[in-house]
Amino acid sequence: MAVMNLKVNGRTHPVDVDPATPLLYVLSDDLGLRGPKFGCGLGQCGSCAVMVNGRVIRSCVTAVRSMAGSEITTLEGLGTIEKPHPIQKAFIDEQAMQCGFCINGIILTAKVFLDRNPKASDAEIKQAMSGVLCRCGANARIIRAIKRYAEEVKA
Amino acid sequence: MKPLDTLKAMSPDALGALESAGISRRKFIKGSGALIISFSMGGLASPPGAAPGQAVPPDFNGPGSGQLDSWIAIGADGSVTAYTGKCELGQGLYTAQTQLIAEELSVPFDRVKLIQCDTALTPDQGTTSGAQSHPANFNRNNLALAGATAREALLERASTRFGVPVDQLTARDGVIGVTTDTSKKAGYGELAGGRAFGVALNRGARRKDPGEWTILGKPVPRVEIPAIATGQFEYVHNVRLPGMLHGQVVRPPAVGARVVGVDEGSVRGLPGVVKVVVKNNFVGVVAEKPWQAIQAAHKLKVDWTQGATLPDQRDFYDWLRNQKPARDTFAVNSNDVDAKLASAAKIVKATYHYPYQMHGSLGTSCAVAEVQGDKATVWSATQAVYPLKNTVAKVLGLRPENVRVRFRMGAGCYGINGADTVSYDAALLSQAVGKPVRVQLTRKDEMAWENFGVAYVIDQRVGLDAGGSIIAWDHESWSPTLGGRPGANNPGNVVTGFLAGFEPAAFAARTPAPDPTNFSNGSNAVPSYVTGCVGKRCGGTGKVPSQRVLIHNVPSPFWTGPLRSPARLQNTFAHESFMDEIAALVKTDPVDYRLRHLSDPRLIEVVKAAAKSANWEARPSPRPGIRRTGVAAGRGLSCVLYEGDNGYCAMVAEVEVNQDWGAVVVKHLVIANDSGPISNPDGLRNQLEGGALHGVSRTLLEEVTWDDQKITSVDWLTYRTPFVGANVPKIDTVLIQRSEGEAMGAGETAVTVVAAAIANAIFDATGARIRQVPFTPERVKGALDART
Repeated sequence: MAVMNLKVNGRTHPVDVDPATPLLYVLSDDLGLRGPKFGCGLGQCGSCAVMVNGRVIRSCVTAVRSMAGSEITTLEGLGTIEKPHPIQKAFIDEQAMQCGFCINGIILTAKVFLDRNPKASDAEIKQAMSGVLCRCGANARIIRAIKRYAEEVKA
Repeated sequence: MKPLDTLKAMSPDALGALESAGISRRKFIKGSGALIISFSMGGLASPPGAAPGQAVPPDFNGPGSGQLDSWIAIGADGSVTAYTGKCELGQGLYTAQTQLIAEELSVPFDRVKLIQCDTALTPDQGTTSGAQSHPANFNRNNLALAGATAREALLERASTRFGVPVDQLTARDGVIGVTTDTSKKAGYGELAGGRAFGVALNRGARRKDPGEWTILGKPVPRVEIPAIATGQFEYVHNVRLPGMLHGQVVRPPAVGARVVGVDEGSVRGLPGVVKVVVKNNFVGVVAEKPWQAIQAAHKLKVDWTQGATLPDQRDFYDWLRNQKPARDTFAVNSNDVDAKLASAAKIVKATYHYPYQMHGSLGTSCAVAEVQGDKATVWSATQAVYPLKNTVAKVLGLRPENVRVRFRMGAGCYGINGADTVSYDAALLSQAVGKPVRVQLTRKDEMAWENFGVAYVIDQRVGLDAGGSIIAWDHESWSPTLGGRPGANNPGNVVTGFLAGFEPAAFAARTPAPDPTNFSNGSNAVPSYVTGCVGKRCGGTGKVPSQRVLIHNVPSPFWTGPLRSPARLQNTFAHESFMDEIAALVKTDPVDYRLRHLSDPRLIEVVKAAAKSANWEARPSPRPGIRRTGVAAGRGLSCVLYEGDNGYCAMVAEVEVNQDWGAVVVKHLVIANDSGPISNPDGLRNQLEGGALHGVSRTLLEEVTWDDQKITSVDWLTYRTPFVGANVPKIDTVLIQRSEGEAMGAGETAVTVVAAAIANAIFDATGARIRQVPFTPERVKGALDART
């Protein structure tokens, strides 16, 4: 165990953990965050995604020791129920989910991609979303919500 | 349970709801009856494990409650608290039920607080599944009837207060006013707040006509979605209790392996390890932190026996067909099929194969249990809080009345995924350490040991007359079964219960099948095109009178259980593919050929609606002028009356087939659905779209695999499902509003018709018939190459 400072959603949290612990467990169990989720533990589905220094990583396969000095943003860090981020609002407006367990990884993956590629084509958006899974079949609405946000980013 | 005990067991939020409803704890303790909770202690018959071929058992929806106060409480401030035993699984039911209560009580949507699926608070409504929630709660029964009864009770009270007959009163926004004197009005809080109704549900209470609806029937957004989208929603995975520990289970390395010995020394001294727990063949580790528990579970040395030798997957369908003894059931048997076939101008035959598939929810199953002394509370994503309360009690050796199960939504659902088994895992580990324990399964443990949707072999045969019409339909199927829903009495129906020492429900062989005594098409084993006559009653949707449907259930080497549209999907794949084959053989348009054999007007209507919306071009399949290379496009249709009485659906699929390597891309799906009055059109569309895409995944990609010892499809590389960015078809939905009808299920209609619609479209495009799911490129290429 070792104490380290973890910067999450703009706040610094001292945590006392085994440095080999995957970041996901520290976020969800030590810090009690609900955004990142355990889906597979293998980096295959995207449920555990978080933003680190503006990029998306899979927190289930990333040791917390590599996070020193990094800025971590989780789904909670984007917006709130009262004031959702535009991409969160797009998902709410499109009712783009069923169980919603996948939405964390989908929103973060789409946001980071579109913020970097505001002029992305539909094909490029689909390509960017080719590493995240939804099992409820909400894909059609999810793509619609992402395009809605893409329109805003372009504008 | 005494009221005081109930109160102690209540969560702060539930108490808060009661208090905000104007019901004080003191009053409650005094037994004012403001909240009557309908427990069923013991005495619960066990719903059988939903074995294929069985209709929904009569107690599947639980006893509910005949007392209005079990369902609805009015607060002094006029707020409405409603209690339901049908839970939100991501299908939008929480919102739809809130709309229902707001509508029936004439109060704004946001004045209703709905409390769902908690054995200390809500009526026993059995299991939330089988597309039964709308039939159970939106017709003249249960929650809907409670809403109507409450409105009438409030009107009665206002009538007494104002001395005017009820027909001179109107209820709006939680206020009842006298139509002839606008100065006379009273709010619900004033009329009934904080007090019990003390009346039984009134079978004669008038439900609002859909024409009067202002809240129900509207596309109200789902209440959970803002919290989910912003990472605030509490899934069962997010339940955290003070002092909570973390458990991991160690499942056997092979099917049928048993514990020989556990070397606890192998994890001694590892950081955070609290305890190694062994009960028969159940093995688990409890640690302070989840990562510690995972590492300890990896390092724990367990000696296991050799597993059973599994049937070779390459010959599995032959194995299935040859298992003896089987449990044989006739769904229908007109006793003249052989004679009719002998007289037929032509006989058509085909065999269809469907694999084991899994729920594979995106998050692995999770539960939190707190077992202290003789009392237990379990937070679970189970579909069945009351049955689970009973089986947790069995597993722990406690009295059922000392167990409380509190539903929290999990990931996905789609049937009996790992939610029940992980509830036992958490309960067993918590009992062993006397502290709250959270367990979330690994991806491999989830996928290797869940209750799979069943494989099928289906033989179809029809006789045709000289004009090409069907005169006799003969259907025979084989499917494997082991375990299933635990119901109230069979924890051994899922893996943890079995490992802990409970047997699965016994397999009862039966040969020959007895003659059917009543018509039920709960598994859609009977095709839509026969009359479904048993004795004097004909419950089918078609015209063919000569019919025989013989079902063989055989023991399964793997756990099985309901997976979205259990058996109904597999049977419908076979029926609707076969119908298409016959239509092609007699060179008739497949829509016209179906309509020729259907009698049910609502089924006919969805078929016509889907065809019309898809601009269906009437002509026989395959399409004329097929070239045998390159990309070919085609369309196919299929339809079903789900469970024989629970939702009408037809689908047109348009596909493109790359004939060079067999890849199928679904371009467009048109779905026409009639499930009676529509509670929430956007919620219904979401269910239909989701069911359709779930169906595409199952049709094109999904298959459980195994070697001679164990399941080998244990992650998303070995069990495939489309990524979000994969080709998503355009989906059009045609919603048929049937205001005068009964509310039916809609969560499983679309998924049921996908496989056949795609198979028929592939045939239309290429002339190649695919009779085995999944339609992998290799399989499709094989069928293309086999074209003559």
